[in-house]
Amino acid sequence: MDWTALFLSLRLAGWTVAILLPVSVLAGRGLAYGRFRGKGLVEALVMLPLVLPPTVFGFYLLVALGRQSPVGAAWQAVFGQPLVFSFAGLLVASVIFNLALAIQPAQRGFEAVPVALREAAATCGLSPWQSLIRVELPLAWPGILTAMVLTFAHTLGEFGIILMIGGSIPGETKTIAIAIYDRVQAFDMAAAGIMSAVLVAISLTTIAATYALSARIGRRLG
Amino acid sequence: MTLEVAARAAGPIPLDLSLRLEAGEMLALVGPSGSGKTTVLRTIAGLWRPSVARVAVGGQVWLDTAAGVDLAPHRRRVGVVFQAYGLFPHLTAAGNVAAAMTDLPGVRRRAEAGRLLDLVHLGGLGGRHPADLSGGQQQRVALARALARRPEVLMLDEPFSAVDRATRAALHAEIHALRAHLAMPVILVTHDMAEAEHLADRIAVIEAGRLVAEGSVAAVMSDPAALRVMGLREAGATITARIAAQEGDGLTRLDSAAGPLWLPRIDGPAGAAVGLRILAHEVILSRARPEGLSALNVLAARVVAIIPGEGPGAVVRLALGAGERGAQAGGPEVGGAGEEILARVTRRSVAALGLAPGVACHAIVKSMSVGRDRIDMVTGNAGAAGAADRQEGDRDDR
Repeated sequence: MDWTALFLSLRLAGWTVAILLPVSVLAGRGLAYGRFRGKGLVEALVMLPLVLPPTVFGFYLLVALGRQSPVGAAWQAVFGQPLVFSFAGLLVASVIFNLALAIQPAQRGFEAVPVALREAAATCGLSPWQSLIRVELPLAWPGILTAMVLTFAHTLGEFGIILMIGGSIPGETKTIAIAIYDRVQAFDMAAAGIMSAVLVAISLTTIAATYALSARIGRRLG
Repeated sequence: MTLEVAARAAGPIPLDLSLRLEAGEMLALVGPSGSGKTTVLRTIAGLWRPSVARVAVGGQVWLDTAAGVDLAPHRRRVGVVFQAYGLFPHLTAAGNVAAAMTDLPGVRRRAEAGRLLDLVHLGGLGGRHPADLSGGQQQRVALARALARRPEVLMLDEPFSAVDRATRAALHAEIHALRAHLAMPVILVTHDMAEAEHLADRIAVIEAGRLVAEGSVAAVMSDPAALRVMGLREAGATITARIAAQEGDGLTRLDSAAGPLWLPRIDGPAGAAVGLRILAHEVILSRARPEGLSALNVLAARVVAIIPGEGPGAVVRLALGAGERGAQAGGPEVGGAGEEILARVTRRSVAALGLAPGVACHAIVKSMSVGRDRIDMVTGNAGAAGAADRQEGDRDDR
């Protein structure tokens, strides 16, 4: 059992969720309520990582974040180490790759808030921010929660992109999914089996807890 | 606080009108569905912007497309009761009301929400969620929430269309009673002429975004243009009477400015004021006091005006309680509190009877023609009606 790899995965998933939560709320709301030119294009771009093979997406990220790229060069100039093959690089890749999962369900959640209630909020004197916090979020949260759970679970299991952009550096980029692959390569089926089971247990617990929570709050709201 | 609205738009909802309301005045905006009534409200609230429009309240400009002024909806002090109420389902009744008090500190909001819920007879139900309230109760919460903002304009968008008749009568009575507390201009959107007439000071009839008639209740009710839009059968007037006695044969005797009236039993204590809507096409006119007639209600009246219609008919405006003496003097009304009713008769009858302004006559109203749906409790038991609605709501929950 590679505890370092497991904690690295949990850390990566946690940070990804933390960064994507505000993105999910703001972008989901913007896409749900906004009427602007090129909205379809933005929606398509958000969805793209979901349909591209992870290796293809990982390749482009490697090119975009590598030492020769402007982003990679700037990062190295500031932090003195490359962005790729580091935890920070993994996090950037994870955030971009999970955009679709973080935004789409939130967008559906906001779309489910009747326009009449948003208008009522405005005529009650609630500013757009107050309306978001007091009216929209309390009604759209199941979508946002779904988005965050999907993001968390998906990050734990991601393999292709992490391999492309992070390699397999223990404690830095070797996540649980990579560790499992590593053990299988070494014919250590017992260790791979234990780690796989732990991953299944964590994912299942997360999703079950989410469902239980939403059912309870749903009942309370009537 | 005066409200001035002028709006013009080609589409998708055509609009070309201007309105002016004084403080404390209630204007009923009446018209068929799709005529633009709600669009006027949305323009005032800032939820819709016509291509050319100006909205000013008490000298403060909320919208002026020419000057590039367009205040965001939440910056306009409006109170709106939406047709479907628009209550926040995740908040309690008190929470809904408190949500509109954005400028008060939290502690005061609670107290103020309780006071407003008491005002609409919902004291004690503040902890319930909208899903646990009856339609009439939700409507009251929406009204309390609209008032919670201390609005400079109050707008009611067909607020009584989703509740049953009994609840509507109770709510009408409550709005009537509330009027004393309302210092701002109030706009009531409705397609129900009786409701408009009963509640409002002034009526504006709108068709395809244009005002076709505007003025006092009596003037609009006899205006051929308004009646063309609303339908001739809607022409009528509401008079106030007091319950005098319940009689043995199932009739209720009422005292009115024009003398006693007998109507099918109206429940209520003696002395309770009742609004009776008398439809113009159900009134018969006679110069001489009729004898040997089955109709029980013969009201002394004097012709105020005769408005010829577009067809063979004419609408006659009659001042009640003005007997022969008043007519002979040709001057001040006798006894009548300025109450008028309308009669729709043929132009041939107008000529045959020699009807003209100032002429005394008798209006005959069949007892059975004043249906119960045209009876509104005005005062006396508004609180009781509220309580009855509350009980009804409680029954709904079980």
